[in-house]
Amino acid sequence: MSGRSSGPETPDKQPVVQETTEDRVNAPERTEDQKVSPTHAQESGGGSVPAARRAEDREPVQVARKKGMFGGSLGNDTSGYGGLVVPVLMPGEAERPYGSYFDEVVDALEAAAPEAFAAGVERVVVDRGELTLHVHRDHLLALVRPLRDDPRLRFEVCTGVSGVHWPQQTGAELHAVYHFQSITHGVRRVRLEVTCPDDDPRIPSIVGTYPTNDWHERETWDMFGIVFEGHPGLTRILMPDDWPGHPQRKDYPLGGIPVEYKGATIPAPDQRRSYT
Amino acid sequence: MATTNSTDEQVAGGPADEGAAYLESTPTDLYAEGGPTADPDGDAVFTAGGGDWDDIARDVAALGAERIVVNMGPQHPSTHGVLRLILELDGETVQEARAGIGYLHTGIEKNMEVRTWTQGTTFCTRMDYLTPIFNEAAYCLSVEKLLGITDQIPQRASDIRVLMMELNRIGSHLIAVATGGMELGATTVMTIGFRERERLLRFMEAVSGLRMNHAYVRPGGVAQDVLPEHLDQLESELPLLRQGIGELEKLLLESPVLKGRLVDVGFLSLASCMALGITGPILRSTGLPHDLRKAEPYCGYETYDFDVVTRRDMDAYSRLCIRLDEMWQSLRIAEQAIARLRASQGEPVMVADKKIAWPAQLSVGADGQGNSLDHIREIMGESMEALIHHFKLVTEGFRVPPGQAYAAVESPKGELGVHAVSDGGTRPYRVHFRDPSFTNLQAASALSEGGLVADVIVAVASIDPVMGGVDR
Repeated sequence: MSGRSSGPETPDKQPVVQETTEDRVNAPERTEDQKVSPTHAQESGGGSVPAARRAEDREPVQVARKKGMFGGSLGNDTSGYGGLVVPVLMPGEAERPYGSYFDEVVDALEAAAPEAFAAGVERVVVDRGELTLHVHRDHLLALVRPLRDDPRLRFEVCTGVSGVHWPQQTGAELHAVYHFQSITHGVRRVRLEVTCPDDDPRIPSIVGTYPTNDWHERETWDMFGIVFEGHPGLTRILMPDDWPGHPQRKDYPLGGIPVEYKGATIPAPDQRRSYT
Repeated sequence: MATTNSTDEQVAGGPADEGAAYLESTPTDLYAEGGPTADPDGDAVFTAGGGDWDDIARDVAALGAERIVVNMGPQHPSTHGVLRLILELDGETVQEARAGIGYLHTGIEKNMEVRTWTQGTTFCTRMDYLTPIFNEAAYCLSVEKLLGITDQIPQRASDIRVLMMELNRIGSHLIAVATGGMELGATTVMTIGFRERERLLRFMEAVSGLRMNHAYVRPGGVAQDVLPEHLDQLESELPLLRQGIGELEKLLLESPVLKGRLVDVGFLSLASCMALGITGPILRSTGLPHDLRKAEPYCGYETYDFDVVTRRDMDAYSRLCIRLDEMWQSLRIAEQAIARLRASQGEPVMVADKKIAWPAQLSVGADGQGNSLDHIREIMGESMEALIHHFKLVTEGFRVPPGQAYAAVESPKGELGVHAVSDGGTRPYRVHFRDPSFTNLQAASALSEGGLVADVIVAVASIDPVMGGVDR
């Protein structure tokens, strides 16, 4: 591999390890509030008060590495054949004060369930004006009960659970994202994010506290294969009863379309050359 | 023998092994012949599997079964779409009601993951096909939140969104009332409802090019400006629309037959609504004035003058009254929006950021709607860079920074929430729609158990589920 100067770049060439793909030189001109970073999530929370938690928690969390042809903005490869690798960085731990009603909600939850909060809340993220608590699955039930019943919290409506599949996040491939709404305190919202590994896809069911999640958890089981333990009737809901697999997972085969031209096939939508 | 009510036995699971065991178990044959069977207590139960009703009645009498299981739907004119209701009857009384859904599942959420963020509107508009503008608006609000450009949406674009949403709300409520009437056998209600909705669809078609499935609201604004002639057309129709809604009110509200069917039917208390996550007219029929347009305003709703309609009787009749009254409130908002649009004529309807906004406005040409001639002249004759930019933006799309966002709007059926996740790419990594019909339909059992079979129809119609939204 000495001939660095000769020949075109090969697609399998290992790219330079990059902290960011932000291209400060060639970036289009934007005002400060228009700034859109293609790899880092925008954090609107945070403040100057140092948090008690470790500094490394506040680093963005890498959930995946994307390989593709386009989208790099380092400015050194515009051909699209450089074997681009981009880290997917989700927002990290937020610093106090979180702003808005978020401090109040987090404090109230900590006061209502101190043990579960200390052991179960892994990260508090404030991003785009929304509060997310990353919760360990073992402590989910101990946290959602006060979330509904404590008068300072009173998140009486759960607006469902939504699954997200990050196949590259080893040990936490499957995410279940719960959204809660408090009508009592104006409309306040909080999101709980719970993860489980692919080889042990179990998350306790919160149907006992929020009966509305009955169908939502069935849908998430149907689409992602997350088993909600303690659900009164975890069956498929949208797909037929005898359907194999869980269609919304990223590793679910989509299948190509055979065309009658010299045996060629149109690849599945997720296998096609794309800009993403 | 495979019976349709054997889902009861299968659903005992929960833990993973049971879930896996369930997958390996023999699936229920949904299309099996009906016949006598026994419930776990050993009592005789008859499953009606179709055929002539007289034959079924004779078989039931021969068996001496007390309870009979009837599949209502998925192809039944009174179940509001391809909804399957599994009813366990004791005589005329519903002992147990279950909703079977999924017959209209089209995998829209999955499809959106392999299209650009802008193309997503084309998919999600087809979910709840009676509220396309709401699906688009909720989706676009979530994308704008992810992009961090919520504050940069032009005022005129928000006003157009409000106008379109409120007209769409009237249209959706008209269909709710119309099909609800039809399911009770009142076909005049149906024809009036559809006739009046047509007035709104004409305006929507003039503005967006399509009667339904508009893909009109786009991330950053709307696809096309509303022209003064569109507003003229709408304003010429509004008096007739008022008359039509008035006609419906006169026809329905004091009709003793209708009141006999609807009053005190489909009861659901506030506590049950909270537990089941019910929103929209069903929640407001308990007296709680919860409306996201007031409680968590978006698109500038806080600057509009309107009232949240509530009733206190918690029954199907209250919900009908709420829907009719909400149409008048929507007309109030629509009039304010029309006045604002007349005043702001010529202002932009797309975000200023050229990296997000699609470059062209559309215009109607000899060969249909397409990019405006001015724009085509510019990209084909004047600026190569503009052509490249247009091409890149439309084929590749824009990138959205990684993260997740939840945006909710008050659709005619309740809270329509969108949970959008981005991995920094040009396509949504995951979009989940919390469709109000999906959640509200869970109340079908609570609304109809203990009542008569005929009341099931009323109860389900008062939920107003649209299966396109339920199954997505």
